[in-house]
Amino acid sequence: MSPQHPVEMILLRQLASYLTIAIWMMDADGNLIYYNEPAERLLGVTFDDAGPIHADQLSQMFRATDFDGNPLADSSLPIVKALSKQKPTHGEIRFCGKDGVWRDVEISAFPVEGQANRFLGVFATFWELAE
Amino acid sequence: MKTRLWGTRGSIAAGGANTIRYGGDTSAVEVRTAGGQLLILDAGSGLRPVDTSGAPDRVDILLSHLHMDHVQGLPFFHPLLDPEFEVHVWGPISTTRTLRARLSRYMSPPLFPVRVRDLENVFFHDVVPGRFDIGSVEVHADLICHPGSTLGYRLIEEGRVLAYLPDHEPAFGSRVFPAADEWTSGFEIAREAHVMIHDAQYDDLEYQSRVGWGHSSITHLATFAQITSVERLVTFHHDPAHTDDDLDDLHDRLEEISEGAVVLRGQTGLTFDV
Repeated sequence: MSPQHPVEMILLRQLASYLTIAIWMMDADGNLIYYNEPAERLLGVTFDDAGPIHADQLSQMFRATDFDGNPLADSSLPIVKALSKQKPTHGEIRFCGKDGVWRDVEISAFPVEGQANRFLGVFATFWELAE
Repeated sequence: MKTRLWGTRGSIAAGGANTIRYGGDTSAVEVRTAGGQLLILDAGSGLRPVDTSGAPDRVDILLSHLHMDHVQGLPFFHPLLDPEFEVHVWGPISTTRTLRARLSRYMSPPLFPVRVRDLENVFFHDVVPGRFDIGSVEVHADLICHPGSTLGYRLIEEGRVLAYLPDHEPAFGSRVFPAADEWTSGFEIAREAHVMIHDAQYDDLEYQSRVGWGHSSITHLATFAQITSVERLVTFHHDPAHTDDDLDDLHDRLEEISEGAVVLRGQTGLTFDV
């Protein structure tokens, strides 16, 4: 049995499940713990199929470059920055989902801090940029 | 842990001829530990008559949250005004003000004539989710699904577990309830408890128009008790509009649908060992 997530993350997941914008949630250790249905289209795989993804496996499943096609280091990705610096970050990247399709996306990532200054993870939105 | 319910009503006290059996006072639960401590869960109007005879000179009050029905008995609890007692009040941490400061809003004129600062024998503790010990009791606190910062408590003494989730809406945190264990609010607080005291405010029809209010329907309660594998389930936080007869019907239904847990009807005066 996995440990229970903090209630703040449970409620965020509930909110995300109702939104039509793509949402990605990571826990404080960088594990991908949830993404909603709109995000499934961008990531090219349903969450039911992918399940929670360990931090070490994320870069193997999803690739990212700048708009010139240069690979991006994990540390430069908005979500990873939000996780490591625990500050809001924003960026635009080219992203390849599990379906092999490259998409240009705009990402805003927010650290989630709960009561007693507990850092709980990252809540990120994905916007696909118009061609 | 010898436990007694002094107040089982939710939202507001509901005295009268129709609430005699289940009781009209709001949340207060006395816990006498094997180690000799006196712990009290919440400080609703049921706190006032709590019998402290034979108690040690220290009382610990664990507040789940600061809604009025959980704190309104505090100023009327005689140990607060008795220098022979040392009273420790524990409650959820806030991002803005200390527990003492927040309770001072209630315990100060014009709402109440005695100020917190006049109570020299009372000590306040802002509880961070996690573990702390009170004497021989291991206390685990975690935030649970209810509007505002609200704690559930898991008390462990000599391997016995009492879980206390007086105001809790586990179904609000999932589109389809029950969700996986890790996505269920309160799961770790309640998991395999020998006794769980839990919100039982609504019947299923009432719940439909009160989603997000922070309370449980009996179907959700039965499900939550089943997935957490609790042994005994004590109902709590009864709706003030429910008469004794209404609550009898509600409990008959709860017993029908409960699988696994033995249901104890949360009536004021109910005592049990954990």
